[in-house]
Amino acid sequence: MRTGAQCIIDGLQQAGVDRIFGIPGGTVLDIFALLYHAPVGFVLARHEQGAVHMADGYARASGKTGACIVTSGPGATNAVTGLATANMDGVPLVCIAGQVPSSMIGNDAFQEADTTGITRGITKHNYLVRDVDDLPRVMCEAFRLASEGKPGPVLIDVPKDIQRAQTDVVCDGKTGIRGAKPLPDCNPGIEALADALNRARKPVLFVGGGVIAGDASAELLAVAHKARIPVTTTLMGLGAFPETDPLSLRMLGMHGSVAANRAVSACDLLVSVGARFDDRVTGKIDEFAPHAVIAHIDIDPSAISKSVAVRIPVVGHVKTVLTRLLERLEPVTQREWINEIAAWQEAYPFSYEVENGKLASQYVVESIYHATRGAATIVTDVGQHQMWAAHHYKYTQPRSFISSGGLGTMGFGLPAAIGAQFACPDRTVVLIAGDGSIQMNFQELVVAVEHRLPINVVVLNNGHLGMVRQWQEMFYSREYSATRLGQGERGKNERIVPGDKDVYLPDFVKLAEAHGAAAMRVHTPDALPSALRDAIATDGPVLVECMVKPDENVYPMVPPGASLTEMVHSMA
Amino acid sequence: MKKHTLTLNVDNQPGVLARIVGLISGRGYNIETLNVGPTQNPEVSRMTMQVPGDDRVLEQVTRQLAKLVDVRSVIDLTKRNFVNRELLLIKVAAPRECRSEIIELVGLFDGKIIAVHNAEMVLQVAGDKDKLHALLALLEPMGILDLVRTGVIAIENESCNRGADDE
Repeated sequence: MRTGAQCIIDGLQQAGVDRIFGIPGGTVLDIFALLYHAPVGFVLARHEQGAVHMADGYARASGKTGACIVTSGPGATNAVTGLATANMDGVPLVCIAGQVPSSMIGNDAFQEADTTGITRGITKHNYLVRDVDDLPRVMCEAFRLASEGKPGPVLIDVPKDIQRAQTDVVCDGKTGIRGAKPLPDCNPGIEALADALNRARKPVLFVGGGVIAGDASAELLAVAHKARIPVTTTLMGLGAFPETDPLSLRMLGMHGSVAANRAVSACDLLVSVGARFDDRVTGKIDEFAPHAVIAHIDIDPSAISKSVAVRIPVVGHVKTVLTRLLERLEPVTQREWINEIAAWQEAYPFSYEVENGKLASQYVVESIYHATRGAATIVTDVGQHQMWAAHHYKYTQPRSFISSGGLGTMGFGLPAAIGAQFACPDRTVVLIAGDGSIQMNFQELVVAVEHRLPINVVVLNNGHLGMVRQWQEMFYSREYSATRLGQGERGKNERIVPGDKDVYLPDFVKLAEAHGAAAMRVHTPDALPSALRDAIATDGPVLVECMVKPDENVYPMVPPGASLTEMVHSMA
Repeated sequence: MKKHTLTLNVDNQPGVLARIVGLISGRGYNIETLNVGPTQNPEVSRMTMQVPGDDRVLEQVTRQLAKLVDVRSVIDLTKRNFVNRELLLIKVAAPRECRSEIIELVGLFDGKIIAVHNAEMVLQVAGDKDKLHALLALLEPMGILDLVRTGVIAIENESCNRGADDE
């Protein structure tokens, strides 16, 4: 006989979980009592959102399913943003949540929340376990569901009495899921796609996170090289195709490269490989790839024709599909189209203005690229710095760029970097964050300190919620409502105690030091390379605060609702 | 907007209804009628619903529904040859002088009178939308006191292969 809590621990081990992130609380004490002795490593986060992002970063960096554990009520509601983030980006996670005893559910008990109700729309699936005999099966199912098909987060809500109840049921590996429907082995779409590619004069491969999740980078490279097809990636696809390859068009979309956006707009065949035509990618949907036949390879049938009508759908595992496609592709040695594109690549690289003596955010990212020789795992928060991290670092390996793409969760970066460093202890992990984003989960820095994780935290401090400020400058008549984080020149409706106008709160160097981390502040371009070298060489976390220009914008930009051909390169 | 009739086989489990309804309402679509009942397999419930919406969106909703772990199959019957029926219970005002007219109407519409009181009658009628609509229009002037509808249930005319998932 085992208790429910023991079933959970056994289920974690059976699934190969070697590390779990979380915070204890009243309704998970029975599980923690066993975790204390279990060979599963536990990482104590400081906020449940942080715990879920850590498990998420761990999953994105390793390709394994992340695991986290939270208590009932506020523990579960704090986990919500983390789950929604993982759900949007298709990250495999299992979250165990404590729940008040079965008899008290619905009674507004202390720390009670309707966790399965709240998380229904932001998880791939969730369970409320009502009978301890179901628990062994549910543990097996959850890990299978999280990683199978299009991955995603699964939550298991376990009432306290179920954790204490006894069962002799074991999971024999059989689950009740029919969800994992076998994908067609011979897919008629592959023939059609191969024909279309063999006939196309101006094809483009449009690559998303599915290639990384499906471990198909090598196959993608082979396909692109065999038929000389240029490749553009989404933000989630960064690293799926080496950006140092001449066929790389870099990222497309709202802040995509000119070459990528022009190529998509001019191509005659656009093949989406595990990308879901997000609105930040397509711009004005009616004018997206107007001359192209659109093909879409995806594991998720519901992704096909969701926003853009697809002529050639191929539903299947991307690795298998690309392998089959490769066999049917005719080799191409010369393509006029490549020369056309090369001219755009040459004329419009990602660039920025250099102002003497001033530290530019883009320069900071470039310097990180040089300091790490392009071989780091880069984790970002959300905002301008995220786009600059995409532009000025060239990603050559899958899982080397970790970012909240779909949900755009500020505060994701620091805990995700911690999870990534746990997953890849030998890699250099650099978090590129903004001063706005990092404040949303700064408390997790102590976790990096406690575990002596050598994370390099680079804060691009421009004193603003920069991306929102940019939109206000471009589209809201330069009225900077509530986007200044420094004390001076705040909006008219904000009450600030009069005083030192130049004070910036908090002092990130002191704040990092208070958390036990090393920290330094960089004001000039000259001081940056040595500061980065020192940070990377330091054992344990280091925060490098870079005082960057306050009013820099991310360019190029496709204004919201415009087509990809209408790119803005500077303020008029 | 075109009305779509969806028929689903789902796991007979708590939370399944909320998941399905949540998926549809979360996209801003209104479920016009909804019927859930057991099937010959005690582990499976059959759900029929009518959702107005354009074809493309419903196509998307159907695929999203199919993705849910608890959903065994989904079919948008609108594209197929199917029959639908709805059951109505109607309480009408039936003073002595109207009774014969009501009885006649109920007979014409293949209905039944299931209760008669002093000045009221309870009627039962089943049929498709047009038939029920016509009857209600005729009863309206007499005074409808209360009305309950089951929501549409539908079945495909020819036997179809609902897929291996139903086993």
